[in-house]
Amino acid sequence: MEVKPPVPQIPPPVWSDFKDLQEWEKYHQERADADKTSAALASIADAVHHLPGGWILVTSTEKIFNWARSSSIWPVTFGLACCAIEMMATFASRFDVERFGMVPWASPRHSDLMIVSGTVTIKMAPMLRRIYDQMPDPKWVVSMGSCANSGGPFRHGYHVVKGVDRVVPVDVYVPGCPPTPDSLMYGLLKLQEKVAEFQRTGTRATAEITE
Amino acid sequence: MTPADAATRIRDRFGIEPVVDGSTVTAVVPPERWQEVGRVAREELGCLYFNWLSAVDWKADGLEVLCRVENLDAGLVLVLRTRLAPGAERCPTLTGVWRGADWMERECYDMFGVVFEGHPDLRRMLLPEDWEGHPLRKDYAVDTPHLPYR
Repeated sequence: MEVKPPVPQIPPPVWSDFKDLQEWEKYHQERADADKTSAALASIADAVHHLPGGWILVTSTEKIFNWARSSSIWPVTFGLACCAIEMMATFASRFDVERFGMVPWASPRHSDLMIVSGTVTIKMAPMLRRIYDQMPDPKWVVSMGSCANSGGPFRHGYHVVKGVDRVVPVDVYVPGCPPTPDSLMYGLLKLQEKVAEFQRTGTRATAEITE
Repeated sequence: MTPADAATRIRDRFGIEPVVDGSTVTAVVPPERWQEVGRVAREELGCLYFNWLSAVDWKADGLEVLCRVENLDAGLVLVLRTRLAPGAERCPTLTGVWRGADWMERECYDMFGVVFEGHPDLRRMLLPEDWEGHPLRKDYAVDTPHLPYR
């Protein structure tokens, strides 16, 4: 007779029970509503929308704008730690993100994207926030690597911000320690998809098309 | 100057029993004689190289400050330790003996809150100036979130 060992009945984990996720819910920053849509542009789009044939203009200009935005995302060169080495490899000739229209640019004033590559210490966080504030709208943030996502191995240390989303709103999280250039590139392509759905001219045009 | 010579010198001079292990001589010194032992180590034992200074938090038993100085020509390593009283934070400075102790003591103040009396410029070394508390103390609340960024 075969004796079967008892199978332990482990209840599935409830995500809301995790302390780290509760902290994330409480402290992470989201993109401001004013940053998602612009009231002025929405009213202009509204007016044009009611002209005969105007909806074609509204939707297609938005498509053109988003195509332009998503195919020329300029990341600011902002390396914090060892992930920056992988980021540099991604920018360099072998992986070559320049074919997606991404030019690493040394000024936040001309950039659309900040790749937070590495550990954000509490001392560095105000400077990171300042660089983010210096970038013109619309702007996006990619959090690269475990440290920037959640604090990583330093999460329970005294000096590291537990995730860069406590400082700036994050659009794409790239896991890894450090992420390979391939993972970062995948994250950047995901960001391009996200940018292509970006709506600056209000939500009305797409809402009426779907009716 | 062999390690045994140095141990004999310290024993005769201060009446403390150093521990010799290879080339390393470890002496436990009361805080009142901290500077005096340092001066003897530099001038008589030839320990010109100040390697590092740090501290250990022994919770209820108080803080312990320790430093390592070396005589590079003789290959002699001298580790000096001093135990502060429970709850005490004040320790004499070694900056008058070795200039290299300056930043080490600032870092020790930063991390452990040991106040070095007579230090010329005792400010925080690594952490921002508005930091609260001393993070390498055992009673420092590491995981308590402090807004905005912690």
